[in-house]
Amino acid sequence: MSKKPRKLINKKGLRVDGRKIDELRPIKLTVGAVNNADGSAYVEHGRNKILAAVYGPRETHPRHLAQPDRAILRCRYHMAPFSVEERKSPAPSRREMELSKVIREALEPSIFLEQYPRTSIDLFIEVLQADGGTRCAGITVASLALADAGIPMRDLIVACAAGKVDGKIILDLNDIEDKEGKADVPVSLMPNLEVITLLQMDGMLTPEEFEEALSLAIGGCNRIYDLQKEALKAKYMAIEEESE
Amino acid sequence: MSSTVISRIRQRQIADLIAGGKRLDERGLTDYREIKVDTGLIAKAEGSALVHIGRTKVLSGVKIELGEPFSDRPNDGVLTVNSEFVPLASPEFEAGPPREESIELARVVDRGIRESKAMDLEKLCIVPGKTVFVVFVDVYILNHDGNLIDTAALASLAALVNAKIFNYKLKEDGEVEIVPGLTQLPVKNHPIAITFARIDDKLVVDPWLDEEKVMDTRLTVTFEKDGKICAMQKGGRGVLTRDQIVEAITIGKQKAEELRKLVV
Repeated sequence: MSKKPRKLINKKGLRVDGRKIDELRPIKLTVGAVNNADGSAYVEHGRNKILAAVYGPRETHPRHLAQPDRAILRCRYHMAPFSVEERKSPAPSRREMELSKVIREALEPSIFLEQYPRTSIDLFIEVLQADGGTRCAGITVASLALADAGIPMRDLIVACAAGKVDGKIILDLNDIEDKEGKADVPVSLMPNLEVITLLQMDGMLTPEEFEEALSLAIGGCNRIYDLQKEALKAKYMAIEEESE
Repeated sequence: MSSTVISRIRQRQIADLIAGGKRLDERGLTDYREIKVDTGLIAKAEGSALVHIGRTKVLSGVKIELGEPFSDRPNDGVLTVNSEFVPLASPEFEAGPPREESIELARVVDRGIRESKAMDLEKLCIVPGKTVFVVFVDVYILNHDGNLIDTAALASLAALVNAKIFNYKLKEDGEVEIVPGLTQLPVKNHPIAITFARIDDKLVVDPWLDEEKVMDTRLTVTFEKDGKICAMQKGGRGVLTRDQIVEAITIGKQKAEELRKLVV
């Protein structure tokens, strides 16, 4: 190989962006970001910028997709052509199609779909700027958008990844760590119910390392969960102030 | 239209049996159905394998061509996995562009092969940055009776182990000349996917189609030859607990060793 792999954790134990191994990137969540949507939210997670919007429950088109006993959740995860270093074709890639599926399956367990038979809930996630961990940030922000739309849910879904870089298990990988690291484990959960709704992994980990990564990711999720709840409250506090 | 809907009473029967540690087809919760691996059935392909797991049947074919490497990996050959849910295999499969399930299956199989470094891609490089071997793995689902991922992963690995590339000579002008003789593809690791279904809060291995209709969650764990995990994928509308994930890894590791013996 021509390129020598660079050190991703320095002598002081700090990562390329100066974080400690179990530190999250700065996260800013805003509820209500798209006027026309029934619910929406926006996240800045490190250098990721992601917008999510929900339409529905509404009549299902095409009709034959409607389910007699529940609502269907449809999800489109999409990256803007300018969101990454080299322009991405706007046509949905195989990666985006897979992610749309796993994100949908991560969110479905939280929604009382049976309360809205024959309808569809359409969820759109647009990645405006990507810097590693977009599926996780996308799930976190999408769950807020669903809550903002007033859709009854068992709990919020929150997601975060852990991985392995330079022999260490680290939290919340950025783009460089994801590409040059040894493993990536994205996880989403319902913190109050302590159940996992998304689990993927690529790379190479021993079962012990995997369990360590899983625990670290769950810890990260719990911290983001607090931010999620604050963001949701903040919107309604603002409305209360306006009405006073 | 024929479909594969199963009645409530049968769903209940499957779930109740599993709750008591039994299965409708009399397997134990951690038993696979009978597995059969046949290789080299397609003479025109560089490698091929037909794998049966019970009545699920998957044919994987390997074709090898000369092509260009990716610009960010000039010293590596290229490997791609595609899957085709052939419409004759199930009333639920339709002709047309690949759907989500098909894309997910191909990507999970691909991830196992790629992350375990099963293929020594550097050995597939002929002229760095210019000419490399491109290996296409095409997964053909010929009968769907559940657990397509494990069957497809096993068939793809067996097809790669079975595959041979043509010998070549580099001419002075950098052109590649094909010379007689064949060489084994450089396969250096053997990833095995093990899939679980969660039914009534219990995990069962190798779900057949009826069990897939009842399950709420699916979990696939792929193990490489030293027992490390190289890929994972949760599917389905349900959830998993942390303990269930740990249980799946413990059981899966043993199962992977059993299955690996069938192809190596």
